[in-house]
Order: sequence, then C-alpha cells, then structure tokens
Amino acid sequence: MAKYISLRLLQSVFVLFGLSLLIFFIARVVPGDPARQALGLLASQEQVERVREQMHLNDPFPVQYYYWLRSLLRGDLGVSSYTRRPVTTDLRQYIPATLELILFATLISFIIGQVTGVLAGYFRNSWFDGASRLVSYLGIATPSFVIAILLLFVFSQLLKLAPGIGRIPIMMKAPPTRTGFMMIDGLLAGRLDVTLTALKHILLPAFSLAVIHIAQEGRITRTSIVETMQKDYITLHKVHGIRTGRILFKYLLRPSIIPTVTVMGLDFAFLMSNAFLVETVYMWPGFSRYAMTAMLNKDLNAIVAVVLVIGLTFALVNLLVDIIIMFLDPTVRLRQGGA
Amino acid sequence: MRDETKANLLAAWRQRRRNLAHGWYKYSRNPLSVIGLAVLALIVLVAILAPYIAPYPGHAKAYTNFREASQPPSAKHFFGTDRIGRDIFSRTLFGYRFSLMIGAVVLALGVAPGVILGLLAGYRRGTWIEVVIMRVTDVFLAVPPLVLALAITAMLTPNLLNQMMAIALVWWPWYSRLVFSLASSLRNEYFVKEAELTGASQFHILFREILPNCFAPIMTKMTLDMGLVILIESTLSFVGLGIQPPKPALGTMVAEGAKRLPAEWWSTIFPALAIVIVILAFNLIGDGLRDVFAVEDV
Repeated sequence: MAKYISLRLLQSVFVLFGLSLLIFFIARVVPGDPARQALGLLASQEQVERVREQMHLNDPFPVQYYYWLRSLLRGDLGVSSYTRRPVTTDLRQYIPATLELILFATLISFIIGQVTGVLAGYFRNSWFDGASRLVSYLGIATPSFVIAILLLFVFSQLLKLAPGIGRIPIMMKAPPTRTGFMMIDGLLAGRLDVTLTALKHILLPAFSLAVIHIAQEGRITRTSIVETMQKDYITLHKVHGIRTGRILFKYLLRPSIIPTVTVMGLDFAFLMSNAFLVETVYMWPGFSRYAMTAMLNKDLNAIVAVVLVIGLTFALVNLLVDIIIMFLDPTVRLRQGGA
Repeated sequence: MRDETKANLLAAWRQRRRNLAHGWYKYSRNPLSVIGLAVLALIVLVAILAPYIAPYPGHAKAYTNFREASQPPSAKHFFGTDRIGRDIFSRTLFGYRFSLMIGAVVLALGVAPGVILGLLAGYRRGTWIEVVIMRVTDVFLAVPPLVLALAITAMLTPNLLNQMMAIALVWWPWYSRLVFSLASSLRNEYFVKEAELTGASQFHILFREILPNCFAPIMTKMTLDMGLVILIESTLSFVGLGIQPPKPALGTMVAEGAKRLPAEWWSTIFPALAIVIVILAFNLIGDGLRDVFAVEDV
C-alpha cells in the first residue's frame, strides 16, 4: 500500500513539474516585457534593464526556468503587478473565502445529490425520476454564470428572500481574521450575528456552484441504486421482511459510495474553476475572483500562481480520493497493495 | 466479372443503407434525442441564414439608436432592445453564428492531433512513445480545461483567433486519452495481428485498421464536446476574454445585460436561454448517439 501511495505521489510531482514548465513557457513567450509590466510605464529604461537582470530575463529560457523554479520552491511566487504585493500574501488572504464557499457547495451537492439520487433510483420511472432527469439535463447544460445570475435575479432581486452580493454587508464590521472563514471567525469573536449573516450570504453562491454537481452525483447514485436493486441478495432481504429503510441505507446505498467519492474528488477541481464565474457574479472576495482580476489585468505572476495552486489542489484531492477508495473498497486494496 | 463487382458494390450499398435505417430506428426510440436534433437543425439554419432572416441585421455591429434603447420585448423586438437600442433577437441569431463556428473550429483543430497521438500511444503501448505522449497528456489534464483556457487567453491578447487556439490547446488531450484506451485494446485484435503479419505499414494499421473502429466513440464525444466548447466559449466571452464588442457573442450579451438587472431582465435572460438551449441540444443528441453506438465511457 505504501508503495502504491508513493508511486502516486511521484506521479503527481511529475505532473505538477510539467504543468509549471508549460505555464511558465506560455508566460514567457507572450509578447510584452515582464520587467516593464512589473515596474509600470513610468519607470526609466535603466530601471527596467536592472530588473531584467534581476529577473534573469536576459538569460536563455532553461536558465530563467531554473531560477524561477528555485524561488518557487522557496515559496516565492514573485510580486503581483496589479496589487503590488507578493503573490503568496495575496493567496493567503483570498484562499480561505473560496475554500469556505467550495466546502459549502460540496456539502449542499452531496446532501441533495444523494437524496434525489436515492429517491429517483428507488422510485424508478416515477414522476420524480422523470423530473430529476430533466433537472439534471438542465444542470449540465447551463453555464455556472447563467445559474448564478438567474438565482441572484430570482431569489435576491425579485423575491427578496436572500441578500445580494459579498460575504457580509459593507456596513457590517468584520470580526478579526483568524481562520479566514467568516462564519468561524464570527463564532470565535463571539459575534453570532456575523455568522448568521455570513450564512445567509453564502447560500446563493454555494447553491449556484452546487447545481451541476447535484445533477451529476444524483445520476450516479441513481444508476448504482438501480443496478443494485436487481441483485438477488436484495430480493432475499425483501423476502426475509427486512424494513425498506434498512435495505435502502445498509445495502443499496453502500455500493454507490465509491463512484460518488471518485466523482466528488474530480468535482472539487471543477468547483474551483466554476467558482471563477460565481465569485465574479456575487463579488465574492475570494481566490477565484482574485484569479479573474489577475487575468483581466494580465498579471503574469499571479496567473501562473493561480494555475499552479489549482493544479496542486487537483493533484492532492485526487491522491486523497485514491487513498479513501483504497480503504473503502477491499478489492482495490488487494489489487493495488499486491497483498 | 464486371457485373459481379457491380453486384457487390450494390449489395454493400444496400447493407449500408440498412445499417443507417437501423441506426436511425434506434436513435428515434428516444424522443428527447429527436427533439434535440430538431432544435439543433433549427439553430444551425437560423445561424446560417441570420443575415437574411434577422429583423435588424445591422444591429449585429456597432450601432446606436437611443430612441429605441431599453425597450421590453414586443412584436417589434421579440427579445427587447439593449441599452443602446440594438435588437437583442437579431444579435442572438448572430451570436449563434459565432458560437457554432468556434465550436466547429476548436474541434477541428483539437480532435485531429489528439486522435493521432492517441492512436500512436495506444498502438506503441509500452514503448517510450507512449510514455512521452501520455505523460504530456497528463500535464494538460492537470487543471480543469476552463482554467487553462482562461489563463492562456488572458496572457495572449483576447480576440476570436486566440480564444479558439486556447480552447483547442486544452481540448486535444481528452481525445488522446480516449483513443489511447481504445487503440491499446484494439491492437490485440486478430485483424491487427493479421495486418502486421502480412507486412502492412504502420500508417495502414493505425489509420485503416484501428481508426475506423474508434469512430463511434469519437463521434459521440465530439457531439457532447460541441456543447462543452460552446459552454467554455460563452464563459470566456462572459468575463471579457473572448470576442470583443461590438461583435455579438452570447456570453458578452449576458454580461452586459447582467449589469442592468432586475429592471431590464430581457437583455440578459434571453441570451442566457439561447446558450442553454444550444448546449442542451448537443447533449441530447450525444446521449442518443451513445445509445445507437452502444458506447459508454466518453
């Protein structure tokens, strides 16, 4: 097992190395002088030359990459040309808000996806199954920015059921930042009102993010339930008079856990990319909105950092999923562990 | 002799027609897929004919008429007008032109290299060729396609050409992975072994023996991907990294209209619905093809 995990770890390191090479290459071949961009238009030609020397821009590409990789491994991602601060400082400030949003969206999609999937599978070909099929088609075909705008329009602007944009109202004094999670910070500061307001604010953006994944996870659970229902042992349990609820949760739901966990792992990275749009629509001050701002302002260091952070998250989550599945599924454990 | 070949050709043609009829029969069993096909046919038709059937073809360019600005939907303007008085229905029809064109060009650019690399890696499985191709593929798949496409267009100058190149650049790895898994199992089939024994060239084996057997999954994936590419294209133009105004991209129209919610809801809701409908149509057709070809993992 340890051998399998270390092999996977090595693979991830290789992929991330390749990704850094790819993105660094693109950032260097684009027209424009990175030194000029870092200094702004007012800097003199001499200053630009000095910075070019410092950034090793006059050296051949492999040398540039070597120096860049060396500072990357020391945790130095350069200075953002837009915020004029080190990119790592920016990331540390903005990541918690996105993490809070994504975790919330994962929670929503897991709960609703499981419930609808189980019901649609158990009552196959009923009106509920048909309706959930229709909704899942729509969920997959609708871009996340359209969902975000529609929800904002209907629930916040028309029905006035939910607050609009941001994490908390601008007028509200934010609690001191400890974890960066607004709801937890509110609790830590003993300000329940902040936590509740933050909860109200997070519902719409989190739901906008979750819709696609509700659709996908619901379909997977449904397929698995339908397949398992045809198994002989389920009929046997029914004949033995075991209660429906017990059959459902103990025997029907269990086989669907493994595909669900796999998909949720994949979904995590896609949540991060869809958050780009949802955070833009809801003015959510998170990592993805920072990424979007960096892209619109052609902030090379920040763009490179953003892509690498997402690649790293993707790799880590996939590794985690593989390990979880190994614990959940004995057949995988035996095959991979070479027991 | 000549009559015999003629008869053979005729028989082959009849067989092909029977297969097509059978395929259509299977496809038409799913009413949703038939609806998807009808809707798509309509969209393609109006997109091609947009300059002739749009009520105000001039509104697809830079055009202002403040007297007609911000009108709600009416018989004169089916989808209403935007804040500078352009007819949103006409602009939506022209927006479809861009969406469909970008989808087709991206797939044309992305699928061919992906398929060729996948064939090569699958057929030469276990050699350094496979290692190089598939590890490069892994690198491109290490982040969601949307992120990489956004990053690449952002670093280049946002315009139509760069947008298509960026999406194509993140699209080929999906095909090399799909074809890789198909080719690496097909290479053990008897017809491939036979071709190898008779001394067929690698070119012949790759493109004449293996590739024709990959067509069904590739076609299905391409149909589903048209929807996905249009989704990514509309996302790029929504954030301002796609076709630049005043050209009508559906995503840009949604973004423009969203600034004027809730009062002028029509200027964002109709273009948004237009995007959803075309993506939905491609998904429904793709699902139908999946049933016809009996392919699963695409």
